[in-house]
Amino acid sequence: MIIIGERINGMFKDIARAIKDRDPVPVQEWARKQEHNGAHYLDINVGPSSPDAVGAMTWLIEVTQEASKLPLCLDSTKYDAIEAGLKICRRPAMINSVPAEKAKMERVFSMAAEYGAEVICLAMNEEGIPKNADVRIALAAELVVVADGFGISPEMLYIDPLVLPCNVAQDHGIEVLRTLREIKLISDPAPKTVVGLSNISQGTKNRALINRTFAVMAMANGLDAGIVDADDDELMEAIASARIILNLDIYCDSYVDVFMQRNR
Amino acid sequence: MTVEILKEKYRNTVGEVVLGATREQGGTRSHTITVGGEGALPFLHFEGSIPNRPVLALEIWDLAPAEWGPLFEKYYGDVWSDPGAWASKCVDQYGADLIQLRLKGADPDTKGAAVEECIAAVKKVLEAVGVPLIVVGCGKPEIDNALYAPIAEAAAGEKLLIGVAELESYKAVTSACMANQHNLIAQSPIDINICKQLNILIAEMSTAMANRIIIDPTIAALGYGIEYSYSIMERARNGALQGDKMLAMPMIGNVGIEAWRTKEANQPEADEPAWGEQEERGILWEATTAMAYLQSGIDIMVLRHPETLKVIKATIDDLMQDNSY
Repeated sequence: MIIIGERINGMFKDIARAIKDRDPVPVQEWARKQEHNGAHYLDINVGPSSPDAVGAMTWLIEVTQEASKLPLCLDSTKYDAIEAGLKICRRPAMINSVPAEKAKMERVFSMAAEYGAEVICLAMNEEGIPKNADVRIALAAELVVVADGFGISPEMLYIDPLVLPCNVAQDHGIEVLRTLREIKLISDPAPKTVVGLSNISQGTKNRALINRTFAVMAMANGLDAGIVDADDDELMEAIASARIILNLDIYCDSYVDVFMQRNR
Repeated sequence: MTVEILKEKYRNTVGEVVLGATREQGGTRSHTITVGGEGALPFLHFEGSIPNRPVLALEIWDLAPAEWGPLFEKYYGDVWSDPGAWASKCVDQYGADLIQLRLKGADPDTKGAAVEECIAAVKKVLEAVGVPLIVVGCGKPEIDNALYAPIAEAAAGEKLLIGVAELESYKAVTSACMANQHNLIAQSPIDINICKQLNILIAEMSTAMANRIIIDPTIAALGYGIEYSYSIMERARNGALQGDKMLAMPMIGNVGIEAWRTKEANQPEADEPAWGEQEERGILWEATTAMAYLQSGIDIMVLRHPETLKVIKATIDDLMQDNSY
């Protein structure tokens, strides 16, 4: 599973404060820490309360790139902020995200084509998050087709079937898992898949346990990437073990260490 | 409409290891040999780079190998009591790319040679030939562990390939190679998990050593489990190309020893008239085994019969022809 580290996000108090005071220290600490813990990408989100999204995004990207060589995942609903960010990313980035809505798809896919960026695509539209797998898959197919019109290969897309908390939307879990499996059938090459892992456990008491249980179930259903807390050692150990059981890595007694040290 | 040929994409390449060092590099070899570096499965030049050809060693011992029998006496009998002369003949007359010296004499069950005698044998070979040298112990860890450090030190700078490190006994030989910048054979008993684990343990001792490991997955001869060792090597190489750094090392195999242990290579014609002439049969057994391993991604093969070496060299010439399109 491709690990996208979630921690550089203005929803966390330390990052919100860092953005406000333009203090690079907490951002760079989290960049290094997540890279050390095995992240492959770093998610960059200025958070909801930032008055100047463009300025905050470019500042976050600059200070993060000083601390880490990992590619970035630019996470915003404000596409001007994403575009400003793409211009200063030193490595091809990922755009997070676009729903299956015409105007938004056109804006995002043209940016993605111009900057060679990968795109996280949400299996939802103006009507909200679908209740079942079939509608999610139909929206995924729509995203793949529209992206293709911009010359973007399905391999550049990460479809997010949208995970809802298991305590409020318990019937969605199984639909998400089916979506992950069946998305692989909509095109050849198939698009990739991603989930925001921590959503599954919002508001529950056993967050870490639910997160890692869901992670390995999703992997068994073909999940390619996750926006996760790379600082959660037990989660990373569960992912390493799932990779062995799925025959993605060759077993040896030190397999957990090898997985954790891959990026060290 | 042009048809686009689908090609496999590989994420990683096998590491390159340089054997031997010239005078400018601190050794005394006439040239060095680089092995590994593959960016695709064996000889699929159209899918990736195969920068270095597999190389062939002939094996010599530090004492006359009585058990090799009359068949080999006619090739090596005049020189096999002198490792220097034996090595020269293998290189000058038979065209070996490199020499593997097995210190069989150190085994108390043969002549129980002292450390000094073993060092002298290594030095003799280094003086006699300019090709890079592989040195392996007698096969008994309790004896070999005492040999590695003095030999590594006596040949410091030569960038030997020294063996073998095993899971139960890897520290002495790894330290010896580490301290004197030699390369190391990491041997596992036809077991991919142990192969990877051993490489990790060596890399934990020294990250620099991780780039100087040659994997010996332990191979079997044709008819004696070749498909088993082949499949392990195939898995290791696929893992390497898919990004498993702890398997991305060149591989070595002792084809000669295994092939010439078989009944098919050893049975005299008088005992098995239907099997045909013994020497030709033995060469075929060794060469067929070697050819199969070329397709497994092997980088160094240690052979015994000069004729096998000739045949396999010609095969490698053919396989190294660029087939990219």
